[in-house]
Amino acid sequence: MTRKTLSLTGAFALMLATPALADAISGATQKQATNWHAILMFAAFVLFTLGITYWAASKTKSAAQFYTAGGGITGFQNGLAIAGDYMSAASFLGISGLVYLSGYDGLIYSVGWLVGWPIVTFLIAEPLRNLGKFTFADVASFRFSQTPIRVLAACGTLVTVAFYLIAQMVGAGALIKLLFGLDYWIAVVVVGVLMILYVTFGGMVATTWVQIIKACLLLGGATFMALMVLVKFGFSPEALFSKAVEVHPKKLAIMSPGSLISDPVSAISLALALMFGTAGLPHILMRFFTVADAKAARKSVFYATGFIGYFYILTFIIGFGAIVLVSTNPEFLTDPAKGLAAIKGGSNMAAIHLADAVGGDIFLGFIAAVAFATILAVVSGLTLAGASAVSHDLYATVVKGGKANEADEIRVSKITTVVLGILAIILGIVFEKINVAFMVGLAFAIAASCNFPVLLMSMFWRGMTTKGAVIGGFLGLISAVVGVVLSPGVWEVIFGNPKGSAPVPWSNPALVSMALAFGGIWLFSKLDSSARAKVDKEGFDPQYVRSQTGIGASGASAH
Amino acid sequence: MKSWEEIERNPKFVELVSKRKSLGWTLSAVMLIIYLGFIMLVAYAPKMLGAPLGAGVTTIGIPVGIFVIVSAFILTGIYVSKANAEFDNLTRQIVEESK
Repeated sequence: MTRKTLSLTGAFALMLATPALADAISGATQKQATNWHAILMFAAFVLFTLGITYWAASKTKSAAQFYTAGGGITGFQNGLAIAGDYMSAASFLGISGLVYLSGYDGLIYSVGWLVGWPIVTFLIAEPLRNLGKFTFADVASFRFSQTPIRVLAACGTLVTVAFYLIAQMVGAGALIKLLFGLDYWIAVVVVGVLMILYVTFGGMVATTWVQIIKACLLLGGATFMALMVLVKFGFSPEALFSKAVEVHPKKLAIMSPGSLISDPVSAISLALALMFGTAGLPHILMRFFTVADAKAARKSVFYATGFIGYFYILTFIIGFGAIVLVSTNPEFLTDPAKGLAAIKGGSNMAAIHLADAVGGDIFLGFIAAVAFATILAVVSGLTLAGASAVSHDLYATVVKGGKANEADEIRVSKITTVVLGILAIILGIVFEKINVAFMVGLAFAIAASCNFPVLLMSMFWRGMTTKGAVIGGFLGLISAVVGVVLSPGVWEVIFGNPKGSAPVPWSNPALVSMALAFGGIWLFSKLDSSARAKVDKEGFDPQYVRSQTGIGASGASAH
Repeated sequence: MKSWEEIERNPKFVELVSKRKSLGWTLSAVMLIIYLGFIMLVAYAPKMLGAPLGAGVTTIGIPVGIFVIVSAFILTGIYVSKANAEFDNLTRQIVEESK
């Protein structure tokens, strides 16, 4: 993807912090020489985590163990796992790559990715934990007619998971081709198969530990890189910045906002999608059921916010470090005469080359292995969330009317995991050329426009009825998808229609689709005078008491 | 075990709910204002963020961006410490009184 296309996709790219990653996706990547250090270190990670999976499998007998690790994860562990779930390879390589190319703009992306977390703490985490058991649909459907809300929530979950999963698989394939020198399809199959193993055998226990270990490795590796950069400049950011300004072709422009945000409506729309999308991602919401109570849920977001914020500050330093240490070293450039832009493997390799520059071959292998592990941890969490929506929401509640036996429910979940894994492999190969930014963008926009409004209103608005939730939720879901497809980034860039022909002028639909969802929920709830509506409203008070106090909530199960 | 109606009438429950509500929504509004304010500056006044901070190349935008990141953590911290000290205590009393 060229810089021109990048600016066309504009705010979409912004939301995802993956424009640099998108460089790697559009076929411009060349295969690298096989990197044995990286492969050995990744193999060590895989062996270790498979060992954990083997151990976790012995603990994963009940549905509660499978879905939520029996609620026995501590707040601190869960904070690390949330961070591990959220700090994707796209944000690590993408943001540092973007800082490398454009400087300050990278910081704008980091900020957007972080600010949803406080909202989750203030409004969502505690009532969610008090009301739910395995999935966020437990909460959204608490006082409503089960079937329609579960179907809506499962649709919202599966669509979000599908787009996110494809994006991760495509990103994995492209990155691994670059990092390890393996073929694209091999990389996709390896990720798919490992993910199926972790999730089917180890359930949430194994998934959580994969995420925790990966979070520690990623935070440790990034800290080491940032320190090595700062040491070279006597821990003076000013010295680092002034050297970067001196060697970067954009000179002083890297120290101020660039042209990536030009249209204020898109910018605000995007800001909303980012902020509230985080609070609607099913695999993130599911993590709150892995802790014992509301207090631990609240603590875990606090830790997660700290880890994620710290990580984004590190990526900023790493990006500037790469400007100074990578772009000036001919070893990392395809054509030293062209300078910074000619970085081998594209800008999303900036952090990887920096690892080489500050820590040599072994550290390079370590960081490459961590990037792979990162994708593995994220896809495992996603798949588990998707599988839970199918087995717990659709199978156990909708098909079996809440009377499924536990063993069957787990079996359905495992079968779904395998099916999702195989689908992810196939779709990952089919969509090799798709723009990752677009897929992740869709996931965030849908999460903000369908899952989040239904969840929030069900917990806080007495007047919501089943009918209002279903109509409003689907309005949000459909308008988000349509809004993305008709936006300039997709209509013109992906479908190849002429410039200026996109029916929707904004690059992000969230402003409109969120308004439609909330407005729809409000209007159709108000208009709803059915007998069911009365039951729905009467259910609010008992639900509210439980959501606020946790009385009646499912606690940690016995181990 | 008391019914939810009785719990709802417990003055401590009323206190917990109103305190948590006002703190949660206030902090959410603060975060939203900080973040949207930052995005508005980026969209409408990039030059302001690009102004040099001192004699060097560091711009005002750098500490502003870092401030938004740090504020997210601090606001979360404020909520958590308030909740640990006050809300949990109230909740415990409500739960005990409802037995």
